Amino acid sequence: MSFLDTFFDGAVMAKYLPDLLGALVTTLWLSAAIVIAGLSLGLGLACLRTLGRWYLTLPIVAFADISRALPPLVVILVFYFGLPGLGIRLSGPMVLFIVLGGVLAAFAEEIFWAGLTSVPKGQWEAGRATGLSFMQTLFDIALPQAIRLGIPSLVNRALAITKMTALGSVIGVKEILSVSSSAQSFSGSATPLTMAALAYLAIFLPVVIFARLLEKRYT
Amino acid sequence: MLEINQLEKCFGATQVLKSIDLSVKPGELVFVIGPSGSGKSTMLRCCNRLEEPTSGSILLDSEHVTDCHGRALDKMRLKIGMVFQGFHLYPHKSVLANVMLAQVKALKRSKPEAKARAMEMLEHVGLAHKADAMPSELSGGQQQRVAIARALALDPKVMLFDEPTSALDPELVGSVLKVMKQLRQEGMTMLVVSHEMEFAREAADRVVFMDGGVVVEAGTPEDIFGNPKSERLRAFLSRLQPTTAA
Repeated sequence: MSFLDTFFDGAVMAKYLPDLLGALVTTLWLSAAIVIAGLSLGLGLACLRTLGRWYLTLPIVAFADISRALPPLVVILVFYFGLPGLGIRLSGPMVLFIVLGGVLAAFAEEIFWAGLTSVPKGQWEAGRATGLSFMQTLFDIALPQAIRLGIPSLVNRALAITKMTALGSVIGVKEILSVSSSAQSFSGSATPLTMAALAYLAIFLPVVIFARLLEKRYT
Repeated sequence: MLEINQLEKCFGATQVLKSIDLSVKPGELVFVIGPSGSGKSTMLRCCNRLEEPTSGSILLDSEHVTDCHGRALDKMRLKIGMVFQGFHLYPHKSVLANVMLAQVKALKRSKPEAKARAMEMLEHVGLAHKADAMPSELSGGQQQRVAIARALALDPKVMLFDEPTSALDPELVGSVLKVMKQLRQEGMTMLVVSHEMEFAREAADRVVFMDGGVVVEAGTPEDIFGNPKSERLRAFLSRLQPTTAA
């Protein structure tokens, strides 16, 4: 069998294209939801942490450390197969959204926090000395600088975690990897996997290029 | 105008300010000199509560600065302009936006109003043509003048200067001092911590010498530089350049 027949079989491609496109859409909206929720939650937690209250800081740091330490696959399996034992039944996409959104939030919180702590103290003093409140100083002066500093790491982390939507294949989410790997078993051809790779590129390559432009602009 | 009574400040077990009494009358320029570590900057920073005094009181126009909390403190700070050694312009905002920010957010001026006032103040410090520049594109002296405009735009009653020229290259110091001199002529009340002795002689109404967290001596520039009474002041002046110790 030739290389082309193995990886680029036209008949197989035509047959599974509709399924793959559906899966692409699923991966796309799941990724978008995870990125939006994860970054917003991470930003919110980092802002709460600036208040410097131990009863806020402690749970935030515990959440960030634990979520970053656990392999997401383990948590996904626990949520999907364990929680029903407690009467909590979540759909596959919901589990994926909660777990990966949470993990991204943990990383994002740390990145935003690192950015906030590297904003010089004088910036805060200049803001407060001109009559701005703590919140105004945070939102108008400290955060915009912290976000700019964090953009490269945030983009990398968001990419790494949205690619983990492929883990949905173990809990029956019809995303790109699960659809293509079942297509591969049915057809006996590796072509659906090639299609999966192309689908991932179609989603993430533009994001990577956009990220480069963003970094150029802000750093 | 600005009254400091029995101000004390401790950092942990170290007492850096010991019962400081100092008052600045309206339109007066009071100059604070002293060796580094004498507590000058800490004293200044207590005046707008960037440092929290351990005890004592600070009054601005008979209003207690030291009793304010939350929003009341933010409002009080609007009346007290501050210029820092390190300028602290917001690097992500244009010069114009730097001068507008607190006007809009804290004074609640409308944007056109704030912009007009900002341009007026930038004109005043000779930098209206840099309104659209970013702070990083300016020299240190220009940045400091923008910082002065940023403080002035809020119409403060008193201006605090914390070593405003110490971070500048020597050739840029003059431009900042010129703006300060101009402010003094316009009747701004100013409390200045600085090492620019020449400027103190020329422009100060009163000079205060601090050492070891206390006010050792205060008087007119002629008294302080021409006729120092305390041994500590004499020693301090003799350590300076011959031009200023003469």
